Amino acid sequence: MATSIKKLPDIEQVLSGNGACGGCPATMGLRIVGKALGSNAIMLLTPSCSVASMGMTPRLGYNWPCINITFASAGSSASGITHALEVMQEKGRLQGELPTVFAWVGDGGTYDIGFQALSGAAERNDNIIFFCYNNEAYSNTGVQRSGATPRGSFTTTTPTGKRQPKKNMALLMLEHNIPYVATAAVAYPGDLYDKVVKAKNIPGMKYIEIQAPCYLGWQFDMPETVQMSRMAVRSGAWLLWEAENGKISFNNPSSLIISGKKDAAPVDEYLMKQGRFNRLLKGPDAESRIAEIQGDIDREIAFIRERAKITI
Amino acid sequence: MKTAQVIMDTGAHAAALAVKSARVDVVPGYPITPQTSIMEALAAMVENGELHARFIPVEGEHSSMAAAVAASAVGARVFTATSANGLLYMHEVLHMASGGRLPVVMCNVNRGIFAPWTLWADHQDSMAQRDTGWIQYHCSSNQEVFNTILQAFRVAEQINIPVMVNFDGFAISHCLMPLTLPPQEDIDRFLPPYEPEWRLDPAHPSSFSNVTNAPEYAPFRQMLSDDIMASIPLVKQAAQEYKDITGMWDGDTIDTYRLEDAEVVAFAINSMGAELRLSIDILRQQGIKAGLLRPRLYLPFPAEDIITALPQNAQVMVLDRNYNFGHPGGILASELKSILFGCRNDITVKNRVVGIGGIDLTRQFMASEIRAMMDE
Repeated sequence: MATSIKKLPDIEQVLSGNGACGGCPATMGLRIVGKALGSNAIMLLTPSCSVASMGMTPRLGYNWPCINITFASAGSSASGITHALEVMQEKGRLQGELPTVFAWVGDGGTYDIGFQALSGAAERNDNIIFFCYNNEAYSNTGVQRSGATPRGSFTTTTPTGKRQPKKNMALLMLEHNIPYVATAAVAYPGDLYDKVVKAKNIPGMKYIEIQAPCYLGWQFDMPETVQMSRMAVRSGAWLLWEAENGKISFNNPSSLIISGKKDAAPVDEYLMKQGRFNRLLKGPDAESRIAEIQGDIDREIAFIRERAKITI
Repeated sequence: MKTAQVIMDTGAHAAALAVKSARVDVVPGYPITPQTSIMEALAAMVENGELHARFIPVEGEHSSMAAAVAASAVGARVFTATSANGLLYMHEVLHMASGGRLPVVMCNVNRGIFAPWTLWADHQDSMAQRDTGWIQYHCSSNQEVFNTILQAFRVAEQINIPVMVNFDGFAISHCLMPLTLPPQEDIDRFLPPYEPEWRLDPAHPSSFSNVTNAPEYAPFRQMLSDDIMASIPLVKQAAQEYKDITGMWDGDTIDTYRLEDAEVVAFAINSMGAELRLSIDILRQQGIKAGLLRPRLYLPFPAEDIITALPQNAQVMVLDRNYNFGHPGGILASELKSILFGCRNDITVKNRVVGIGGIDLTRQFMASEIRAMMDE
């Protein structure tokens, strides 16, 4: 059982008065991450919503030292920091418990421009936690398609809906043979909290991806962020799982869907709630395009169900 | 009292030995010819315990500089090296290092730029980084490479500006020359441990390079511009104190040879500066009053020292190993003309682009080029 939201620590690393949109899922996710990591951490960001909303220089809405690094570089810069801290401690220049080094990056900085540096850091198994808050588009620049945008979704650069499926980044990270990979969603804060606490205590590379429905990009009502996140998970469009040393286990409610104990909610209900699928749903080929989206979801479920059986 | 040791070594290995003597903490690295042997040497030194540092084998030069910048931001002494397209690939992050005021030191082993493909030296790579806000040294010998890296760390850490130490691929990086290694205690005296004024520290949460409005952004840029100019006295001081401690001298902002009474002045950087001394001797034997002025510091461009050093009515022959595309000739000639304009109307500046893509620059060739330029 995941930790109850009522039992999460009182510590707040996301301070009040930042510039995020109301209902911002990234800020919600970061707040839970802060409760798990505590204050002894160094945060890396790349240009994104989380930088744009943390306050103008010199103000800062997060209670960590924060470095905003070049867009492509979260992985390698986190490597630089963790190695520097470790060697300075070996040489006696730093005392006490070393801070957790974590990157907090959107899907553009993870799936696309930051992929190479992230892959390099993972292959080196450098001691960092890399968080991707995935809102499935470049929301900060006004909602353009990314490698994380699902098929059918409208963005300003996919005006008739994206034609290609999204990548499965978490699985790609799993195949880097790193000690810990997890997916999470803002609707399941206890599950996210537990995963971050676990990651914090594992040496080496950790990758945690947080599904983060953005009202602006997805076009739903601002107060419905958590509901959208829950609907995505219940429809199987987003799966909650974690892998320690390559062994996958599923978390509720995704585990019930994977095991067949519970049917996934039909995807159209989830799609109908979002303006980004509107044009597709109103078009003459709506049926076949919804079938394509359902096909992508079914394929991902089938693939990870079988992948999870490999435990050596 | 330990005495200096003299060995035979390549420029690339001399660089690695200097980095070891500087007691660096972090070395991110990625292979590219002709720089690779610096990284190989440092990786080996870290592996066998000669150098207590972390070598980070990154997956590309963009990441190399990104790791360097971030390691520097937590207070580590950081070194990396690259060449040619690797340097170009870093370009964006070079700005991050200077704008972030992070005293990273990097060797760039000069090599011509792709396309077409070349392995050999010219200076288009480092000249293309002119506007990144880095201090740039250019070295003429293996010994100067060693000495300059130590001076570079000192200057960088005094003024919080990254420093690039350039030297030619193969002619310097891969050729054996005698190399004097000062005792480590002397180097430690010259280069004290790095004590950053500020670093990313959870005890003091603060933001680094997040969004600014113009009233904050503009002063940051102005300070960088001012401080780059203000590094000139520090460069001179570092050269002088290095000489006081080790007895070695390569010049400070500039290096000169037989310049005082010269009527014809060769003006060039890097290994050309060593070979040109011999060209000057040839020209002198031919009855031409020739001399050499080699800017050791390319950025900031040491205007005052050049203006002061040039003899009255001299003809200055600028040998550029790069192109100033969109203008006739090379970049160095443009820089020189811009500082002389309006204050040294007695000087004539002539310019040739030579040695592109590693074309051999012998003493005889450069002497005859200078003779030919005199008749133009």
